[in-house]
Amino acid sequence: MLRYLVRRLLLTIPVLLGVATLVFSLIHLVPGDPAQAMLGDGAAPQDIAELRKNLGLDRPLLEQYVTFLRHAVTGDLGRSFRTGQPVTTMIVERVPATAELAVAAMIVAILIAIPLGVVAAVWRGTAADYGAMTFALAGVSIPNFWLGPLLAIVFAVELGWLPVSGRGTLAHLVLPAVSLGLALAAILARMTRASLLEELRELYVRAARARGVSRAVAVTAHALRNSMVPLLTIVALQFGAVLTGAVITETIFAWPGIGRLLIQSIGFRDYPMVQGCILLIAVTYVTVNLITDLMYGVLDPRIRLE
Amino acid sequence: MTLRLGSGQARAGAVIVAVVFLAAIGAPWLLPWDAATQDLPNRLQGPTWEHWFGLDELGRDILARVLLGARVSLIVGLVVVGVSSIVGMAVGAVSGYYGGHVDQLIGRVMDVLMAFPGMLLAIALVAVLGPSLVNVVIALAVIGWVGYARLVRGQVLRAREFEYVTAARALGANTFRILARHVLPTALPPLLVQATLGMAGAILAEAALSFLGLGVQPPTPSWGTMINGGRVHLLDAPHLTVFPGLFLAIVVLGFNFLGDGLRDAIDPHRGSRG
Repeated sequence: MLRYLVRRLLLTIPVLLGVATLVFSLIHLVPGDPAQAMLGDGAAPQDIAELRKNLGLDRPLLEQYVTFLRHAVTGDLGRSFRTGQPVTTMIVERVPATAELAVAAMIVAILIAIPLGVVAAVWRGTAADYGAMTFALAGVSIPNFWLGPLLAIVFAVELGWLPVSGRGTLAHLVLPAVSLGLALAAILARMTRASLLEELRELYVRAARARGVSRAVAVTAHALRNSMVPLLTIVALQFGAVLTGAVITETIFAWPGIGRLLIQSIGFRDYPMVQGCILLIAVTYVTVNLITDLMYGVLDPRIRLE
Repeated sequence: MTLRLGSGQARAGAVIVAVVFLAAIGAPWLLPWDAATQDLPNRLQGPTWEHWFGLDELGRDILARVLLGARVSLIVGLVVVGVSSIVGMAVGAVSGYYGGHVDQLIGRVMDVLMAFPGMLLAIALVAVLGPSLVNVVIALAVIGWVGYARLVRGQVLRAREFEYVTAARALGANTFRILARHVLPTALPPLLVQATLGMAGAILAEAALSFLGLGVQPPTPSWGTMINGGRVHLLDAPHLTVFPGLFLAIVVLGFNFLGDGLRDAIDPHRGSRG
């Protein structure tokens, strides 16, 4: 197990280095002079020169790269062009909001997906299965930037049950979480169905039924329990999609998280902040995938022996 | 029963996709209204017999704009899927056929690109390149080719061990001919499924980027831009948001139905219908 752990950790290092390199090169992909782009066309040459110096763009590329990596390792991602505050501080302040939204969306997704997947698998080939899977495919197809405003109209404006935007109480969390969680629920429902169908074909389920165990118990206590391992992996792997979806959901519901900060920073051409947000989300994604792999290695010994 | 349901979905998907393609192509001849004509006195008017989807904030016919938006979406989808699949096929074939250091190098590049949630990298690229339709296509192709390359690499790894490939090699066929004539055709069925589902993904991604103000810029109609523009009038004129979103969801659902149905037809055991 230790060898597997070390090997998996070592494999992550070049990926993280590649991620940092790509994020570093983002600012150099800006057409023309990034400093000019940030300050606008009417900026004075001395202001542009000063910003170039502050951003380190006047130094050789290799030196800029090494400095970026050295600072990134210590958590120093520079200062926001717009506010002058350290990028890391501004991002860290918003982590709880995004984490809260992501976890809530995942809970919503699981609460919808598992019953839907179970119904589809148990009544396979019936109208219930067809209906549940069509609903699931529709869920993947409905864009959250369309669903969000519609939910807000119905539940916040017309019915007045929930607040339309912002963060504070549990009620504020409902609409963004449902809007973000629905697409994930659709994917998970399909996975639950597929995974449960495989388990239901296993001999131990038939044996349980032969022993007189009721169908409901055989499904929930035996088959569903065993189909949870691959499902948990899918949930973790969908974390990236949730983080990307959060960028849009946070923008719609004025949720003060990293996604909204990223979009606002793009609007202000605050490139250091854009780099910081992208780097943090990518590193989080890589870390979650790493943890998932390690957990899977613990749960299934065949993985770590490969 | 299961197979019939799956085929029904695929057929429904094919019909939706065909209708949308025809409507997008025939938009200028189908409607008496031009997408740019403004009727300011009747701005924000709801659906009527004359304007089925109503008028927008500048008094433009929403149905005409939705159909022109379909053109943008389909063109983006086709170009992104075309470029991504060609690049992915070439890279995946080279990686899988040659193996060794080439495979290792390509593998590491793909690992890095896969380390980003796809849309996030697209947002980052468009943010630095500047909002435009061309940059959206570039960004989506940059993240899109990896999936095709991984798929083709896997297929090539399998196919290069086939006896007829070994025979072709023994007969002196060059690498390009072996890949093009004998190896890549085995990857085409799953590639077709991925391309169909990729159309849905590319159309959704373009709309999302346009919604965020990073994609198609006004006055060019795009479903994402229209949904975003309609948010301001959500209370007094919800039709501005409802119709473009509905069309977007239906088209994406159509491609998903079709892709799912094709997957089930190609490999019934691994299909979503179990």
